[in-house]
Amino acid sequence: MSYIIEGETGDWEVVIGLEVHAQITSQAKLFSGSATAFGAAPNTQVSLVDAAMPGMLPVINEYCVQQAVKTGLGLKAQINLHSVFERKNYFYADRPQGYQIAQYAEPIVGEGTVVLDMPDGSTRDIGIERLHMEQDAGKSLHDQDPKRTFIDLNRSGVALMEIVSKPDLRSPEDAGLFVRKLRAIVRYLGTCDGNMEEGSMRADVNVSVRPVGSDELRTRTETKNVNSVRFIMQVIEHEAARQVEAYESGEEIVQETRLYDAARNETRSMRSKEFAHDYRYFPDPDLLAVVLSEDEVETIRKTLPELPDETKQRFIDELGLTPYDAGVLVADKETAEFFEHAASGNDAKTAANWVTGNLFGALNTAGLAIADSPVSADALSQLLGLMADDTISGRIAKGVFEDMFETGRSAKDIVKDKGLEQITDSGEIETAVDAVITENPDQVADFQGGNEKAIGWFVGQVMKATGGKANPKLVNELLRKKLAQ
Amino acid sequence: MSALTNLTIAGAEKGLAAGDFSAQELTTAHIEAMEAARDLNAFITETPDIALSRAKDSDARRASGAVLGAMDGIPIAVKDLFCTDGVLTTAASHILDGFTPPYESTITQNLRDAGAVMLGKTNLDEFAMGSANVTSYYGPVKNPWTGKGGKDLVPGGSSGGSASAVAARIAPGAIGTDTGGSIRQPASFTGIVGMKPTYGRCSRWGVVAFASSLDQAGPLTRTVEDAALMLGAMSGFDAKDSTSAPMDVPDFTAGLKDGVRGLKVGIPREYTLDGMPAEIDALWAQGREWLEAQGAQCVEVSLPHTKYALPAYYIVAPAEASSNLARYDGVRYGLRVAGESLDDMYEATRGEGFGEEVRRRVLIGTYVLSAGYYDAYYIKAQRVRTLIAGDFRKAFEDVDVLLTPTAPSAAFAIGEKMDDPVAMYLNDVFTVPASMAGLPAISLPAGLDGDGLPLGLHLIAKPFDEVTLFRAAFALEDAAGFDARPGGAS
Repeated sequence: MSYIIEGETGDWEVVIGLEVHAQITSQAKLFSGSATAFGAAPNTQVSLVDAAMPGMLPVINEYCVQQAVKTGLGLKAQINLHSVFERKNYFYADRPQGYQIAQYAEPIVGEGTVVLDMPDGSTRDIGIERLHMEQDAGKSLHDQDPKRTFIDLNRSGVALMEIVSKPDLRSPEDAGLFVRKLRAIVRYLGTCDGNMEEGSMRADVNVSVRPVGSDELRTRTETKNVNSVRFIMQVIEHEAARQVEAYESGEEIVQETRLYDAARNETRSMRSKEFAHDYRYFPDPDLLAVVLSEDEVETIRKTLPELPDETKQRFIDELGLTPYDAGVLVADKETAEFFEHAASGNDAKTAANWVTGNLFGALNTAGLAIADSPVSADALSQLLGLMADDTISGRIAKGVFEDMFETGRSAKDIVKDKGLEQITDSGEIETAVDAVITENPDQVADFQGGNEKAIGWFVGQVMKATGGKANPKLVNELLRKKLAQ
Repeated sequence: MSALTNLTIAGAEKGLAAGDFSAQELTTAHIEAMEAARDLNAFITETPDIALSRAKDSDARRASGAVLGAMDGIPIAVKDLFCTDGVLTTAASHILDGFTPPYESTITQNLRDAGAVMLGKTNLDEFAMGSANVTSYYGPVKNPWTGKGGKDLVPGGSSGGSASAVAARIAPGAIGTDTGGSIRQPASFTGIVGMKPTYGRCSRWGVVAFASSLDQAGPLTRTVEDAALMLGAMSGFDAKDSTSAPMDVPDFTAGLKDGVRGLKVGIPREYTLDGMPAEIDALWAQGREWLEAQGAQCVEVSLPHTKYALPAYYIVAPAEASSNLARYDGVRYGLRVAGESLDDMYEATRGEGFGEEVRRRVLIGTYVLSAGYYDAYYIKAQRVRTLIAGDFRKAFEDVDVLLTPTAPSAAFAIGEKMDDPVAMYLNDVFTVPASMAGLPAISLPAGLDGDGLPLGLHLIAKPFDEVTLFRAAFALEDAAGFDARPGGAS
């Protein structure tokens, strides 16, 4: 799938790299024991270290290091046994130390790969450049008072992983798939909750354009802190179009930092390179280098769960799903688990169709996540079982599912209460078939005259007469037998 | 001055144990000395009430037979760089106006836990940046020793208040911090013992940071034995400081008096400076003879990169300081000078809050870390640091300790060298190399110059070999028999 911008001078393609900031799932901050829970009252999760009181010192949270290594392993990446925290120096009111402690020249994780599941069922490898750990800043609140800015330091010092992709992405869709896949991986790993609404994941979006066929890397712009997949895609569309227009009208693109204004759907220049900060990085003398042994890395590797790519392959190999269905189902850990549960003891393909079709549709309409589904995996499994043993037809099942979704009742109860069991008694069906044939001599003549398609009309009449409960296969067989006489 | 203020820590401990006097009597005598010597400007904050209350607690412990150790009931002075719970902590800077920490530094907590009694917070160079205690926002500290014609002299720095207090018999011991010589050089200038332990021996938690990779707390006392006693109460692993060494604390007084027979002492040939007074060279030679007379073997060694230590130090220390001092921004504590915008507020607050020397070092540090200069300065200085550590490692393959002068001069007059920062920086030329290598070192008073001012000798030992350092220092102290006292303290 190529994303081409047709300009006046020719076709352009877009080159995208993402820097994703993912909050490490951890009870405590990166260098202090403060809690990290989202939504706490301002400045209630702040230690002396987080507030940068005089004489306070950072102490690395070993659990965060393990989480970063685990993420690196999940990205099939190089784990660096020696990594170094540096200070990135700049003043801002919500940065109490006057510097951010971040890994820079020597990150904990090197090159890795994220596999994109393309809509046509194929896959594409996107390179990971590096992953490093860093502290989050506090928050400046400009809207609490007309004249003053308030500072909330709850986030100050929270552990982040910055995951940097190579410039391998070529369309807004690629970028969307990449972020969703990355989110799936960290959620499978339990190293980040991936919750973009709460700021647990956000991205800096690097965009440049070039004429199709060229392999140059032109000047890029970086749009900071974009906090949804939709916005990331919009930034790319907007930025690519703006850059093409600039080039075609003879302007240059300057390397700069831009901000995304979601309300106006546009990016604005924040500062250009010439006004860029000189961060004066140097190794933080308060901290020792992070040194890992091969054994420690192997111990962490043993804790890795099955990851989406592996689950997908298993769904294809063992359950016979199509790559597309398998890709859709593993995109989210809860969905994959829900599906596996529901499919257990049932036909996997039917289960896949029900999860990606009826269930997703209903959840979507209701605006619910799969974790909040009123129909549990068990309940869906039971419904699939009722279809499999011919207790109800697929058509009836759709109605039963809607009822289940609405009321939370079990499939068996609904079928029983509403008397929806399929009529499989051939005697009862035969009576209905006979009645329809006797009452409609014209249609019988039509069918017998060679109009094979008329059989559908007869089936419909019999189903109508039986309230939709007749086993369609039996109805068909009986009709063909009787009409042939 | 009473007899009680002339006691050493070891002597006072004996008197307390024998019941000759109480901790409250001992403390009261020192509080009176503190009040009587206010013209030295050695203290920024006096804490007599805290001192008396802790002395009372100490007496109660002693009465119930629950004495905490050698420091129990001993009055001490605390450099105002250590954060003390509920007591104003200034770092001698305007920018920390009114800052009263709700926490206690590990070192002062350790001393409290050992029963020590805090008399007050001593004056220092602003943020410990200086070698004469003239950069304090609270004014210069006077050396109790006076120059020709009664001229006021500097006590050295940055732990000048602590050194003056101990020399003037206001406290038998004080704590200081040493980044490039800030304990040892003032000890030399005031005729007392100043000791910097191995980097990592004393926790930096709760100590206002100057240069994190160099800062170490240490004791200032009037005897080597007292320094060993005090260090024992201060040091130990602290999980709150990542650079704290996970090592047991030995008994630093063990083997103190065992002598130096068979000890190999290195005399580094590079420790001379053009224009250095002949008296210092002579004292250095004398020190060598004293040690040899006691059976030590002195050999000349070479530390070839010594001359690069001071310039490298003045890159590394300001670089770290420029970043460490970024937190003083007027947002959360201390001085805030209003501005039109956030940047204005930063500029106004930091411009007004920091003194000239601090501003100079922040600028130097910012410069050497900036893009395009980082490799030429900071990286190169770190390489020099590695070479210096290598010099020492090699020398210590052959010798147990090194003997050098502490400083290239005796105390000078207040006001001198003020307009020449480089001349001022040269004060640390002999103390900085051990700091750069993180080694334990001690200065002890060994003689007087022609003007009757004290001069120190300096010993350096292997990492975490403080026991040998104290043993050599004790032997030297014994031979020197230094018993001169500043005019101000009879």
